[in-house]
Amino acid sequence: MSETKAVGDWPRPVSPPIVSPESKPFWEACKTGKLLYKHCGACGEPHYYPRTHCPFCYAAETEWREASGRGVIYAFTVVRRAPTGPYAIAYVELEEGPRMVTNIVRCDFDALRIGQAVRLVFQPCAGDTDAVAPMFEPA
Amino acid sequence: MSLKGKAYIVGAYEHPTRNAPDKSVPQLHAESARGALADAGLSFADVDGYFCAGDAPGFGGLSMAEYFGIRPKHIDSTETGGSAPLVHVSHAAQAIAAGKCRVALVTLAGRPRQPPLSRVAVSMESPDFQFEGPYALGGQPNQYALAASRHMYEFGTTSEQMAWIKVAASHHAQWNEHAYLRDVVTVEEVLASPMVADPLRRMDCCVVTDGGGAVVVAHPDVARSLKRPKVKIIGAAEAVKTVDAGKIDLTYSGAAWSGPRAFAEAGVTQADIKYVSIYDSFTITVLMTLEDLGFCAKGEGGRFVMDGNLISGVGRLPFNTDGGGLCNNHPSNRGGITKIIEAVRQLRGEAHPKVQVANCDIALAHGTGGSLGARMGSATLILERE
Ligand SMILES: [Zn+2]
Repeated sequence: MSETKAVGDWPRPVSPPIVSPESKPFWEACKTGKLLYKHCGACGEPHYYPRTHCPFCYAAETEWREASGRGVIYAFTVVRRAPTGPYAIAYVELEEGPRMVTNIVRCDFDALRIGQAVRLVFQPCAGDTDAVAPMFEPA
Repeated sequence: MSLKGKAYIVGAYEHPTRNAPDKSVPQLHAESARGALADAGLSFADVDGYFCAGDAPGFGGLSMAEYFGIRPKHIDSTETGGSAPLVHVSHAAQAIAAGKCRVALVTLAGRPRQPPLSRVAVSMESPDFQFEGPYALGGQPNQYALAASRHMYEFGTTSEQMAWIKVAASHHAQWNEHAYLRDVVTVEEVLASPMVADPLRRMDCCVVTDGGGAVVVAHPDVARSLKRPKVKIIGAAEAVKTVDAGKIDLTYSGAAWSGPRAFAEAGVTQADIKYVSIYDSFTITVLMTLEDLGFCAKGEGGRFVMDGNLISGVGRLPFNTDGGGLCNNHPSNRGGITKIIEAVRQLRGEAHPKVQVANCDIALAHGTGGSLGARMGSATLILERE
């Protein structure tokens, strides 16, 4: 389990997630410092973003699992021309397998590289909310 | 059922405007439709099938059918982003082959350079948006940059190689009086343009233009009754490629699936193709698509596009001879219709003489809608002059 940390030196306000009945357990877990993904008991495949049914074997039910929070950068870009300053978008490949869209924070943008090890952090969302979003920083 | 020879593109028209503060979006659709119908020698009264995507304002195809004053027997508003018109041509050919209509109109138009009359947000119910919204994926350059970063990592593709694609487009655009950007640029100038989202620079990105275009697809009997050169649809295929629930592989596009299906239906190979219209939202889009369509091996795209290989009269595979989305036109942030139109011009021998491909008998047009970095709709058309 990862510690919930604020990332205070990062200027871009994070839009709070749109929470549906299906995704609510995911976003609630984030508030307790846990990153969840889905595991299929029928075929054994993990998946992300999480959904009720298995997109690989089409089983009707899947179960939540907690990710270790360790991963590597699969692909990334540094958005240079944003009004709030540069920020990094990436696909991070989780230790458990799935690749997820995220941001890389608290890093030297010019030193990021594909294959780099990263670890989970949580960034508070902007506005009147206690929501946090899972992101990653260099491990 | 094969579509080969079941329908023809009989009319094509690219709206000449690139900046339309004084026109409405429905008006741009109608002016584009009028141009394509006139090109065919037909009128609105002949149209019994109508095809449009999300750029058409209103409710599916209903609002535009009402605005045009037509009463179609067949409508289709399949939305795959910028590739939609290529999907529509395929669907129109299918509908014609099934006897559902005989004269199908496909329109695309918009005015992204103007302040919008209204703002329609992304559907908050979209399942992906819930898990991507907080990360500000933002504009398309960011998502395409993700794909470019991985391609560079896996295959050693360079920014200089991607720049050659823009250079080739600019060589073509200099001859197009309507092109938004007509200056020939060099690799050095592309590399000196500002970084937008690593590794994509400003000149790796397509233009933002108002305008539109339309094509008319018709039954063979209708095509034979008209006076224009005949452009036969011989192969058409589409594919949907997604983030695949976390297994996303950014090194290839949906063209890897739609391309082989279209070639198989047409019964031709890459060596038979004299001209290609390749969706060029960004330079990387072209590079990966050429690999995925089999014009070179996977990973060889960078070397393939270098040294002017895509320039008409210079290289082996002339592409986007109108200047493409990179220089000429990308109306409504969607490059699909213009890809079809320039392929039709080439097959009719009506491209600009400086870029017309000699003996252009078979051409390919490919669209990539949505995002190369996430979910995309890919569509391939193979067309033959008869
Ligand atoms: Zn399963």
